Amino acid sequence: MNAFRIEAAGPRAPCGLQARTITARRMANSVLMIAILAAPAAAQERPVAFTNAEILPISGPPIAAGTLVVVGGRIAAIGPATTTAVPVDADTIDCTGKVIMPGLVDTHSHVGGGWGGDASSPIQPDVRILDSINVRDSGFRKARAGGLTTLNIMPGSGHLLAGQTIYAKLRAASTIDDFFIRDAKGTPLGGMKMANGTNPQKEPPFPGTRSKSAALVRQKFLKAQDYRRKADAAKGDPAKLPDRDLEMEGLLDVLDGRVVVHHHCHRADDILTVLRLREEFGFKVVLHHVSEAWKVADQLAKAGAACSVIVVDAPGGKIEAMDLSLATGAVLEKAGVPCAIHTDDPVTDSRLFLRTAGLAVRAGMSRARALEALTLAGARMLELDARIGSLDVGKDADLVVLSGDPLSVQTKVLQTWVEGVKVFDRDDPDDRLFAVGGFGAGRDQRAHACCTDGRLAETESK
Amino acid sequence: MLTPHDRPLLAGGLIVVALLATGAPVAAADPPLVAVYGDIVHTMAGPPIEKGVVLIEGGKVTLVGSALDIPVPPAARAVRGRVVTPGLIDAHSAVGLTGYLNQEQDQDQLDSGEPIQPELRAIDSYNPRERLIEWVRGFGITTIHTGHAPGALVSGQTMVVKTVGDSVDDGVLVPAAMVAVTLGDDARPGDAKKSPGTRSKAVAMLRGELVKTQDYLRKLDSDDAEKRPDRDLRREVFADVLRGTLPLLVTANRATDIDAALRIAKEFGIRIVLDSAAEGYLVADRIKEAGVPVIVHPSMRRGGAGETENISFETAATLRAKGIRVALQSGFEGYVPKTRVALFEAAIAAANGLTAEQALATITADAAAILGVADRVGSLRPGMDGDVAVFDGDPFEYATHCTAVVIDGRIVSEEPR
Repeated sequence: MNAFRIEAAGPRAPCGLQARTITARRMANSVLMIAILAAPAAAQERPVAFTNAEILPISGPPIAAGTLVVVGGRIAAIGPATTTAVPVDADTIDCTGKVIMPGLVDTHSHVGGGWGGDASSPIQPDVRILDSINVRDSGFRKARAGGLTTLNIMPGSGHLLAGQTIYAKLRAASTIDDFFIRDAKGTPLGGMKMANGTNPQKEPPFPGTRSKSAALVRQKFLKAQDYRRKADAAKGDPAKLPDRDLEMEGLLDVLDGRVVVHHHCHRADDILTVLRLREEFGFKVVLHHVSEAWKVADQLAKAGAACSVIVVDAPGGKIEAMDLSLATGAVLEKAGVPCAIHTDDPVTDSRLFLRTAGLAVRAGMSRARALEALTLAGARMLELDARIGSLDVGKDADLVVLSGDPLSVQTKVLQTWVEGVKVFDRDDPDDRLFAVGGFGAGRDQRAHACCTDGRLAETESK
Repeated sequence: MLTPHDRPLLAGGLIVVALLATGAPVAAADPPLVAVYGDIVHTMAGPPIEKGVVLIEGGKVTLVGSALDIPVPPAARAVRGRVVTPGLIDAHSAVGLTGYLNQEQDQDQLDSGEPIQPELRAIDSYNPRERLIEWVRGFGITTIHTGHAPGALVSGQTMVVKTVGDSVDDGVLVPAAMVAVTLGDDARPGDAKKSPGTRSKAVAMLRGELVKTQDYLRKLDSDDAEKRPDRDLRREVFADVLRGTLPLLVTANRATDIDAALRIAKEFGIRIVLDSAAEGYLVADRIKEAGVPVIVHPSMRRGGAGETENISFETAATLRAKGIRVALQSGFEGYVPKTRVALFEAAIAAANGLTAEQALATITADAAAILGVADRVGSLRPGMDGDVAVFDGDPFEYATHCTAVVIDGRIVSEEPR
């Protein structure tokens, strides 16, 4: 079944996959121990060259027979096979008949069993979802099987502000730290989850109406502006600084533009309410779900608002989604509104993320923009487009190898790579289980541990 | 385009009078002569026909074959497409009872008052104007098996209905098709003090009902009128189950629950159809041996934690390869999306082990056979209902559109979807 040929630098190894693993182990066992300890355990060790693939860089036109070279976890070269050199020490993967595109970027996921705020209040900017994610959740393996490489993992929509989200790279992980995407200072990157409409409405202290929702949010942001003024007035004098306040610090990240608000909204009026609050407080925002965005596409275009759309198989399920349309992506494209697509997993299955773009095309979106909606458009909304979302030299080597047209039902995700490391291989029976399901596919994955290889030898029944 | 809705306005009173005079239903104005042309026609009654045509007269298929061979009267209304299939069948849904708004006033798929209520009829709740019916019809679904949803040990009856009509009577094919039974976690009521609280209790309760009904039938046969029991709606339904005229539709996901369903069927000699069967692949041999068909869960049904955690995209293919008759379904959805679309579920099965023709059978001929309506729908041959779906490409491809839908010889949709 394996149509790939992985070639070592020297003589060709038909079972190169295995050969390479052994080589890597030998190296790890000898000279590279220090390097291994210093770098992430799974960092790419040798150049990898994908050859003879149809490459969809997203940032540029497709390359019919292309070569893509990965060095040190980044894309070192990409171009037509005729003009792109393969390093002599590279492992070469022949991708004849295959399609390579950037790893998929999901701007809205709930994989990992994380929860944000609790029932104590409707606005909880101090709460971080990174403190509650199980990186061994089988959902992450399914997400890799769907070709996803970066997720915005969010708390739910039952709060006006449910907490801080985390931007996660789906590297092999034993702690949430392994998922982090860090800025230059080492701070893990993420956004802030907000919501309006009916989901956050419940008994006090939660709001009972839309107007109350907006008033509660405005009051909280006004308080944060006061906090900002006091902090500024201190002019760096520690004695005059206001006491630390985690809620205020979370909101200042939003007001100062360090963090993007990811705002759940469905109805047209709820969408416009978000834009009104943005106008008042000047935060950066991505509008999520936007069931009725097609009704206000012109206003969205005028406001330059970015939308991340959910594509589901039918309208309804809640009153706010009664006018949900498969054509939302097409309408936004026509209006010139930046548009990404997300899974909202578990609402849609990460393994079928490509399918949602296919349905958007069915309803009139262009193929090019639909593929961008799964990759670069989402990367821009997470402000990560300098690193991910397209296949360009210097960007992270996050990519998917497909059996064919990304928007065909028959196409399979064959391999998923994050930063030059293969994290999913459909030919590996253990990975395949999570790609198609079956007995054990709902269980948490085995631990990636230093000493046990994630298994206890005595109990391993395999 | 004439639709059933605007026809009376255009037709005026004369036709109504004429129909009344002939005794035909008022809504059923004579369907026109329709010729449906396809580059490929999947009849499901033989190999696909290239450059084929389906002629529909008086609401019924009269001729199917090569467009070169079949004489099409010039008066026939022509519908053309790349691919033509029988009208699609959703083998299990709750659409029409579970409304798309998901508010209390449009949710009639489950009464949680009692654990066992086979007397609840689907026809008494079905809303033919529900928007989701029009939604799935736009994708070529012309027949649905719908009714009471999983969620109680015995939640009520199901029905088979065409996706047209202003009243349930306009579209219904089988008013009482099956009795919906749920085994496993979903049979437990929300209140922990109420039964059934365990799997064993659920099976004991169901067996108890069937045993009581055996007694009822014995008394019913009594020569002495005095000894015959009073009428009892619940007994009457279970009596039909014991007589073999009404199958149980048993929703079971764990292998344990599937085994329990087969055990009950054997004990009472009753007909059952397995529904969902997420772990069916673990007990495929026993399902095959029992000769029980399976309406497999929607291919894209979510797993997550719980009794569907071992769900697989490949179950329909695995069971079919064992020789088990399988159909696919949209199932019941409690949130967003409020329904799935059987066409899309078959598409995923076609990418996960079934051939395209086999996957098409899960929503046409095999679905019809399991539902007992194969003499009316599910294939295109003379005498069958004039139900056709037309596509501008491979029906299973994401970017293909359903371009026309014909039910009983009437074009009910030409909006590409």
